[in-house]
Amino acid sequence: MGAHAHTAHADHGAGHQHHHHEESFVSKYVFSQDHKMIGKQFLVTAIIMAWIAVIMSLIFRLQLAWPNEGFAFSNFFLGDKWAPGGVLDSNMYLALVTIHGTIMVFFVLTGGLSGTFANLLIPLQVGARDMASGFINMLSYWFFFMSSVIMVCSLFVEGGPASAGWTIYPPLSALPQAMPGSGTGMTLWLVSMTLFIASSLMGGLNYVVTILNLRTKGMKMTRLPLTIWAIFLTAVLGILSFPVLLSAALLLLLDRTVGTSFYLSDIHIAGEALENTGGSPILFQHLFWFLGHPEVYIVLLPALGITSEIISTNARKPIFGYRAMIGSILAIGFLSFIVWGHHMFVTGMNPFLGSVFVFTTLLIAIPSAVKVFNYITTLWRGNIVFTPAMLFSIGLVATFIAGGLTGIILADSALDIHVHDTYFVVAHFHIVMGMSAIFGMFAGIYHWFPKMYGKMMNTKLGYAHFWVTFVCAFGVFFPMHFIGLAGAPRRYYSYTEFTMFDGVVDLNVLVTFFAITGALAQVVFTYNFFYSVFRGPKAVQNPWRSNTLEWTTPVEHLHGNWPGPIPVVHRWPYDYSKPGKPEDWVSQITPLDPDEEEH
Amino acid sequence: MTKLLILIVVVLGILAVAQLARVYELTSKLRGKREEDISPADNRMNATLMWLFPFAYFGFFLWLVLAYKDKMLPLAASTQGVETDWLMNFNWAILIVVFVITNALLFYFAGKYVFSKDRRAHWQPHDNRLELAWTIAPAIVLAVIIIYGLNSWNRITTLASPDAMRIELYARQFDWTVRYPGADGVLGATDYRLINGNNPLGIVTPQALEARLAELKLEEHATDSLLHHTVQPASKVLELEERLGYLGRMRARLVNLRNVMDQDMKANGDASAYAHGADDVVTKEFMLPVHEEVNLQIRSQDIIHSAFLPHLRVQMNAVPGMTTVIKVTPSITSDSMRTHVMKDPNFNFILLCNKICGASHYNMQLPLTVVTGNEFVAWAKEANKKPFEVPAASPAPEAALPDSAVNIVDSTSMAQAATAGH
Repeated sequence: MGAHAHTAHADHGAGHQHHHHEESFVSKYVFSQDHKMIGKQFLVTAIIMAWIAVIMSLIFRLQLAWPNEGFAFSNFFLGDKWAPGGVLDSNMYLALVTIHGTIMVFFVLTGGLSGTFANLLIPLQVGARDMASGFINMLSYWFFFMSSVIMVCSLFVEGGPASAGWTIYPPLSALPQAMPGSGTGMTLWLVSMTLFIASSLMGGLNYVVTILNLRTKGMKMTRLPLTIWAIFLTAVLGILSFPVLLSAALLLLLDRTVGTSFYLSDIHIAGEALENTGGSPILFQHLFWFLGHPEVYIVLLPALGITSEIISTNARKPIFGYRAMIGSILAIGFLSFIVWGHHMFVTGMNPFLGSVFVFTTLLIAIPSAVKVFNYITTLWRGNIVFTPAMLFSIGLVATFIAGGLTGIILADSALDIHVHDTYFVVAHFHIVMGMSAIFGMFAGIYHWFPKMYGKMMNTKLGYAHFWVTFVCAFGVFFPMHFIGLAGAPRRYYSYTEFTMFDGVVDLNVLVTFFAITGALAQVVFTYNFFYSVFRGPKAVQNPWRSNTLEWTTPVEHLHGNWPGPIPVVHRWPYDYSKPGKPEDWVSQITPLDPDEEEH
Repeated sequence: MTKLLILIVVVLGILAVAQLARVYELTSKLRGKREEDISPADNRMNATLMWLFPFAYFGFFLWLVLAYKDKMLPLAASTQGVETDWLMNFNWAILIVVFVITNALLFYFAGKYVFSKDRRAHWQPHDNRLELAWTIAPAIVLAVIIIYGLNSWNRITTLASPDAMRIELYARQFDWTVRYPGADGVLGATDYRLINGNNPLGIVTPQALEARLAELKLEEHATDSLLHHTVQPASKVLELEERLGYLGRMRARLVNLRNVMDQDMKANGDASAYAHGADDVVTKEFMLPVHEEVNLQIRSQDIIHSAFLPHLRVQMNAVPGMTTVIKVTPSITSDSMRTHVMKDPNFNFILLCNKICGASHYNMQLPLTVVTGNEFVAWAKEANKKPFEVPAASPAPEAALPDSAVNIVDSTSMAQAATAGH
């Protein structure tokens, strides 16, 4: 079946060459079914969404550093309703942290990261003319786009956007009486996420089908680049877990609109006893985290895959332990489904169940450690070229170590009692999931920019971008561990209502300075990105002397990727510095020498 | 004006960066250098920064530790906290070693093996013995962490001894209320439908139930007469009808609760949870005796909150419709904290809310005072003199609906009665 589909597809692609038809602006740039264009659409949308989320974070960082002081910056964006005199309103504070989290996790690091690189790389790296279904792929982007538009619109409704935290735990999110953000804003949040999940499922199914069925001749699963392995696992995780979030969201929508009691029981709010009985708010948490934890790896795995590829290419050395790397992502993917309860140690869950989750969660540290050691060993005795992409990849390994280790504290239920929902958690997940994933995304952008736009980005600006971002990432999130260990809860509008945190709040000022500097570094990136799209120097076909298939396609994009037949693959993608070869790289399409071992 | 200035500065900044980039681009074009050719100077610069970075990184870490170690939480003020603090330090010892070694290797290799044209990378695609080694090594370390961790977890979460005092922490937007069991030592049953201004926790006693029923009847009567004896716009009529329906159903459930209560009290007499509410003490004063195991029973009136006592290393969510429990044995009195540990006469233990709950989440707090056993006994004796009280029910209006035709099985209140009973 797979072979048949492959042949048919290849024929179609080859036939494509004979009837060039001029594409209109709309079919080329708007409703494009070309995977490369769709990838770029995801990327640009994600950059815009990321800026919205960054500006939000700056506004609440100002409030945290200098509580209850007025800032023209806050007033400029929020107006007199939500920042009278520039002082952030406490309801809006919660709304900002909620939407910041939602946008960053879903729209930037899931839609943006997977959407961009899965679309760009799968057909190019497995040797296919396009995705299995170009049409569904296009729909996937447009659902994502609609979902983004609705999420942004929700910022402007009367009670403000959803404010119950990005985890939207009911009953807070279910009852408009509980907070203004739980009114229309919350409904729009749910509608937006429903579209998002639909987009993600359409994309995910396409990715899996394409990877399994449309690999070119010779591209065995054990010759796939690690990027594709990571994206493959990501898509499988998404397909299995996003529907659970969808059901959780639908049940919540029912509780909100037609008076069901899935998550509500025995509530007396705003002076009145509600009639709901028999539901459980904890049920929502189980459903949410059944997606929520795999989601961490949906965000992280593509970044790890991208890094594996870039570190190997720029260290001019095969990735150490290719099969161990595949094994570890398979293990991480499997384990990620049976650890969700570690988010719920203090919900009153049965302590024995809690200890099972401690066990499974700490098991994940093993494949993660294997990955880190393999990265480090790949660098060992390498021949490292410091492209901006390589810098961000090394940065990812550093953040993955720092964030992974604090995860061990949080996974230990007895210790979690003390640090649960404090700034320690904020520090942990921003470093391990936020920074690692965004570093992977930056690495991917710098690395595949020539492939996406046929132009080169400015390297010097890339260096400045990396080093400032790297230092600021630790400057922002490292002190938060200490704020958390001092007992400071997260999602607090200010810490001025008691004296207990007086010793550590000055760290908030330091953090905010780093945050502002870090945000300015992203201006450099954004400038570099858009300037290079239009005015960057023209790229050559294979600027990084890389082995993978995408660099065998011409610089100018064409629908169908290769002008002639799809190349046949003869070897794995990591033959860098192989002894007995004239160059320090050997493309995957180069046949093996008669007496050459594959690797 | 300031806005304009800031805008100008930002725009100028961007322009400056743009110009610099442009100059760089033109010069590299003149020299015929391509963007993807990383010059040896660039490689060297980045390699050097890779070596310098860990010094800044570890230095920052060390500075944070030294500058803030005395501003972290003071030593744990509960026996459970002492145990987890030990566990925390034990974990940190392992993690910091791993942190330093892996980062040192990463940045050392990154800086050392910088590109050279005259060299080739070492060809070594895999080594199964190494893979095995760094699978087994973390597995052993993690096994140790898991065993110690679960040991502590089990000790902390096993149920408190049956004769431990049970105290209720009750959360709502945005404050805490504490309930002590009163002279009989048992917390009475509760039902959220009984909550009103006089009975903020909805404690079920025959008197409280009658009072609430009367209150509902009164409103029902008023709504009914508004509906039938005045002219209202159609939308208002609908609203009133809905309200009337709501009141009727609410009252029906309370009548049902009354039946359950009567039966339970008849069957179990003094053992019934409904017989213990009347002397419960409802207060904003949170007192605990030192060195005594206490069972904290945590409930919420509206949405999820979380009872967080950072100094005692205690945290448990307050979930509506559910009673959660955590035990704690305070080990230092507030006085000793003030005089010996913190050297601050104004120090107070504090109960915080640690689950996002709305606009004033950041200010949902209650001070806790830990006193010696004798002081606590004395305080409790005083407090027990002022049990929670519900004023007697005012007479019901005549037009009230009959309340005999009601038979809804209310599992929630029965379940609550059962949990509150022991």
